Amino acid sequence: MSWVDIGVVQDIPLRGARKLKTALGCVAVFRTGEDEVYAAMDMCPHKGGPLSEGIVHGHHVTCPLHNWVFDLNTGAAIDEDASIRTFSVRVEAGRILIDGSKLAGRSAA
Amino acid sequence: MTEKLVVIGAGMASGRVIEHLVERDPDAFDITLFNAEPRGNYNRIMLSPVLSGEKTFEEIVTHSDDWYAKHGVTCRFGEHVIRINPEIKVVVGQNGHVPYDKLIIATGSAPFIIPVPGRALPGVITYRDLDDTNAMVEAAAKGGKAVVIGGGLLGLEAAAGLAERGMDVTVVHLMGHLMERQLDEAAGYLLRKDLEKRGITVLTQASTKAIVGDKHAEAVLLESGEALPADLVVMAVGIRPETRLAADAGLTVARGIEVDAQMQTSDPSIYAVGECVEFDGHLFGLVAPLYDQANVLARALLGEPDAFVVKDNATKLKVTGCDLFSAGDFADGETREDIVFRDPSRGIYKRLVIEDDRLIGAVMYGDTADGNWFFDLIKSGTEIEEMRETLIFGPAYQGGVSTDPLSAVAALPPEAEICGCNGVCKRTIVDAINGGASNLGAVRASTKASASCGTCSGLVEQLLQVTLGHAFELPKAQPICGCCDLTHEDIRRLIKSQELKSQEAVWQELGWKTRNGCHVCRPAVNFYLLADWPLEYQDDPQSRFVNERKHANIQKDGTFSVVPRMWGGITNPTELRAIADAADKYKVPTVKVTGGQRIDLLGVKGEDLPAIWADLNNAGLVSGHAYSKGLRTVKTCVGTDHCRFGTQDSTGLGIKLEQVLWGSWTPHKVKLAVSGCPRNCAEATCKDVGIVCVDSGYQVGVAGAAGMDVKETERLGDVATEQDAIDLTVAFIQLYRENAKYLDRPYKWVAKVGLDWVKERVVDDLVERARLIEAFELSQSIYRKDPWAERAKEREAFQPLADLTLEAAE
Repeated sequence: MSWVDIGVVQDIPLRGARKLKTALGCVAVFRTGEDEVYAAMDMCPHKGGPLSEGIVHGHHVTCPLHNWVFDLNTGAAIDEDASIRTFSVRVEAGRILIDGSKLAGRSAA
Repeated sequence: MTEKLVVIGAGMASGRVIEHLVERDPDAFDITLFNAEPRGNYNRIMLSPVLSGEKTFEEIVTHSDDWYAKHGVTCRFGEHVIRINPEIKVVVGQNGHVPYDKLIIATGSAPFIIPVPGRALPGVITYRDLDDTNAMVEAAAKGGKAVVIGGGLLGLEAAAGLAERGMDVTVVHLMGHLMERQLDEAAGYLLRKDLEKRGITVLTQASTKAIVGDKHAEAVLLESGEALPADLVVMAVGIRPETRLAADAGLTVARGIEVDAQMQTSDPSIYAVGECVEFDGHLFGLVAPLYDQANVLARALLGEPDAFVVKDNATKLKVTGCDLFSAGDFADGETREDIVFRDPSRGIYKRLVIEDDRLIGAVMYGDTADGNWFFDLIKSGTEIEEMRETLIFGPAYQGGVSTDPLSAVAALPPEAEICGCNGVCKRTIVDAINGGASNLGAVRASTKASASCGTCSGLVEQLLQVTLGHAFELPKAQPICGCCDLTHEDIRRLIKSQELKSQEAVWQELGWKTRNGCHVCRPAVNFYLLADWPLEYQDDPQSRFVNERKHANIQKDGTFSVVPRMWGGITNPTELRAIADAADKYKVPTVKVTGGQRIDLLGVKGEDLPAIWADLNNAGLVSGHAYSKGLRTVKTCVGTDHCRFGTQDSTGLGIKLEQVLWGSWTPHKVKLAVSGCPRNCAEATCKDVGIVCVDSGYQVGVAGAAGMDVKETERLGDVATEQDAIDLTVAFIQLYRENAKYLDRPYKWVAKVGLDWVKERVVDDLVERARLIEAFELSQSIYRKDPWAERAKEREAFQPLADLTLEAAE
């Protein structure tokens, strides 16, 4: 693993998300009401909706286009046979670190 | 002259008598105190903490040897009284006799021993005094298994103490639930769960057949045939008044020693006090009446006659750390009604028993904070009809509304008014239901209840549910969402009445099942809060759908559309140039004229939004709120300025309306139009509010639709002046903001509440109209501003958090 610093927790609105540009495409970085940080591909498997624009509730995000709901822990969609790819994130001293080795774009190449 | 007073028994009641005597008249009596236990008075209530090891015996002593010495009390502790000889007024102790002028019998109570084989085996003990406690402590030190017979207060305290000291404890209780005299079944269940969490096994409806063992208790045999291995058996099935001395002395004894209101027995020189007495058919076990008796007795001895009266007593106890409370009479009865509150997750249970509009009993478990308040209501016999709906929430909630609507409705008296608009009371509705009206529509048709404003629809449905039980199925889609069982209407009502002013308050007070709602309920609650508390509550962008958070409409490819406001559909070359320049600069792929008389720039990238807003702001353009549940547009025709048929300045009125209303949040989007004449070129008759100008003034219509449904507006009123038209519009929109369910367009809301109800408030009641306008203006003092101008400064937030593609390229 190679941890990459992508900013401080407060850069993301509470119960919100920000986009992260990567070689794989956009990754959504979420911050829950309890200040936990999660990351997942910013694309709903249904119609490609930007999950970073969805409503974050509990450990879930709802896609803004058609209200598919995903569990941020597992990436699994609720009541749908689909999932989003998630990425390991750590918070150290208020800074967000993401596992850069998974974002290097090898799978895209 | 000093009289000789002999007291038999040094317990809490007699201890209090002696205290009163030495305080009030230290020279009146020469006191001799007998106690079978080799010690003086201590606080028996605190034996449980001694058993569990939280306290030492020294800490619970109330009268020390020094105290007795100081007050000249002759102590004969550890000495049994053999008999009383009333003829010659002498008490005979093991170590000699003592003459008396006055005698107090305070022999307390003896533990009841169930007459089963093996009851006398070593290892079988009762729980009554310090010696019993010490025996238990000693037995527990060896570890092993304990069986406690009796699931009342004493038995459970013993069980908890022994478990605390490391024994494997089983409680055997004859009845169906624990502490059946103080608790009802539900509270007994919670208590059982708490005990089981502490590792105590509880067997109810278990009857003891025998205690078996050779030289020492080894097991308890139940009637069911089950054998419970036991190194220690504690018998705590109850107590009975200790009356043997009194009976032998020829005093009148029923269950206890009979006394009059001055605590005098059938012998005028002999008094009795405490658990050993019977007064007016009552026996006493709680400390409060014992202290009352002690006070009365002390006064009687000092020649200040007083009278003991039996009071209703509340039991507020802590059993092994669990708070419980009971007061009054909480048995079921035909004429009695219950109000019940449960919070399973916090282990809280409350039940109020009501008869004839008065609280007669209360049982509480887990949260007993309001116990005394309920006890006061029971004692005073206060009529509780007024506060019935919120009674169970205690004094803090008086004036609010119940969050448990079903039980509150069930508890309403028959004459309670359910439908305020049509004056329909509960009895009328229940009669209609019993007469065959089995759904909301039928009740409405036969009684008119909920046929007007409709806000009581929920109450009527709850009455259907209460009256018909399982036969009635609530219409679907009742709760706001899976997070909460309450309806939108209930939530709006409670936010207002309980003055809930934050999301946390709503989640907490209304029992949300999720941590912070979901995408269904959170936007609704966010709106309700900001509509009802515009100054106190701050709008939460994270509780809004993406369009309202971004102040732009998301498109299917993730880009956004940008629509600047064109007031009343009027624009000019400067604005048009700015729009054209922005379209060029940000490479906007599509520019479209909308149905609302303005221009839509489609396909703007999210990160460009703040920049394009800033450019448009520079030309004087502001957000058109084309994305919001709020005021969208006011469509107009050209009116008298240019049109040969125009009757009024429809464009001017449209602009004024848009300038008053813009920026306001509403339950759903709101679209207006003003037509200059009945030819209606602005298509005003299918808008949420549509004004048609006529020669004599303005026809204000509301509740039109031209979307999924098509519907003509209904006439709210005809007014003569432009200002009246604006006032009616503003008042209507504020009424809608205050009452409608989130995502109900005005036509849906008006269909529920009825146009007459709206007219009453907006047109007829001028005071209410003024209030609505004032409330709207108050809200607009916060929200009538351009969100683009504010957010254009926050460009950073619209950019990606980081760009890792650059690092990868390096």
